[in-house]
Amino acid sequence: MNTLFYLAAAVAILATLLVITRAHAVHALLYLIVSLLAAALAFFLLGAPFAAALEVIVYAGAIMVLFVFVVMMLNLGTHSVRGERQWLRPAAWVGPGLLAAVLLAELVYVLGGWSAPATTPAAIGPREVGLALFGPYVLAVELASVMLLAGLVGAYHLARPQKEAEGEA
Amino acid sequence: MVTIPFSHGLLLAAALFLLGVICVLTRRNIIFMLLGLEIMLNAAGLAFVVAGARWGQPDGQIMFLIVLAMAAAEVSVGLALVLEWYHRMHSLDVDQASRLRG
Repeated sequence: MNTLFYLAAAVAILATLLVITRAHAVHALLYLIVSLLAAALAFFLLGAPFAAALEVIVYAGAIMVLFVFVVMMLNLGTHSVRGERQWLRPAAWVGPGLLAAVLLAELVYVLGGWSAPATTPAAIGPREVGLALFGPYVLAVELASVMLLAGLVGAYHLARPQKEAEGEA
Repeated sequence: MVTIPFSHGLLLAAALFLLGVICVLTRRNIIFMLLGLEIMLNAAGLAFVVAGARWGQPDGQIMFLIVLAMAAAEVSVGLALVLEWYHRMHSLDVDQASRLRG
C-alpha cells in the first residue's frame, strides 16, 4: 500500500513538471488533470475518500473544464506555441528554478531530519466530515457561499458585453 | 490505509507547491500563471489533508473544502479577466500588462 502512495506521488510530481514545461496550453491542461488524479489517489490512500472524490469532481472536472473552455474560446494558433517556445529560454527559467530548488533542498533537509511518528490513519468518511462541516464549521460554509457568490457576480460583471456597459455608464 | 511518515506527505505537498511557484515565476503566458496558482492551491489542500490524516480528525478535509471553494471562485474571476484582457490586447503576454493605466 505504501508503494501505491509513492507511485502516486511520483506521477503527480512528474505530471506537474510536464505541465510547467509544455508550450501548448491544452497539453499542459491534460497533464495537470493527470496530476490532480494522482493527488486524488494520494488523498484516498491517506484515508480521505470524500476529499478524493471532490478532487476528481471539482478540480479535475469543473475547474479544468473551465480552463479548457477558455483555451477554446481564445482559439490560440500555432504562432502562440512558437512564441511560447521563444519565451521559455533557459535564461528565463534558470534563475527562479535554482532559487526554488534551494527552497526544496531546505525543506527536504528540515522534514527529513524530523521523524514524526507514523500513525496508522483510520479512514475519515463523508459522515464525519459532514458532521464537522455543519457543526462547528458552519460559519466557514457561510463564508464560502458568500465568496462563491462574489466570484459569480465578479465573473458576470467582467464578462458583460462591452457596448452595453459603456451605454449604461 | 497506508502508514507513510507524516514528513513524506508534507514533502509531496512542498514539492508540488514549489513547482507551482516555478510555473508562476518563469512563464509569461497568463494562462500558465493561473495554472501555477491552481497547482499551489492544490498543494496547500494536500498539506491540509495530510495533516488531518496524521491526527485522524476531519478538520483537514474541511479546510480542503474551503480551499476548493476558493480555487473555484478565484479561477472563475481570473479567467473572466483573461478573456476580457485578450479581447483588448490580442495577446496573453503578461508583460503587456505594464501598459495598463487605470
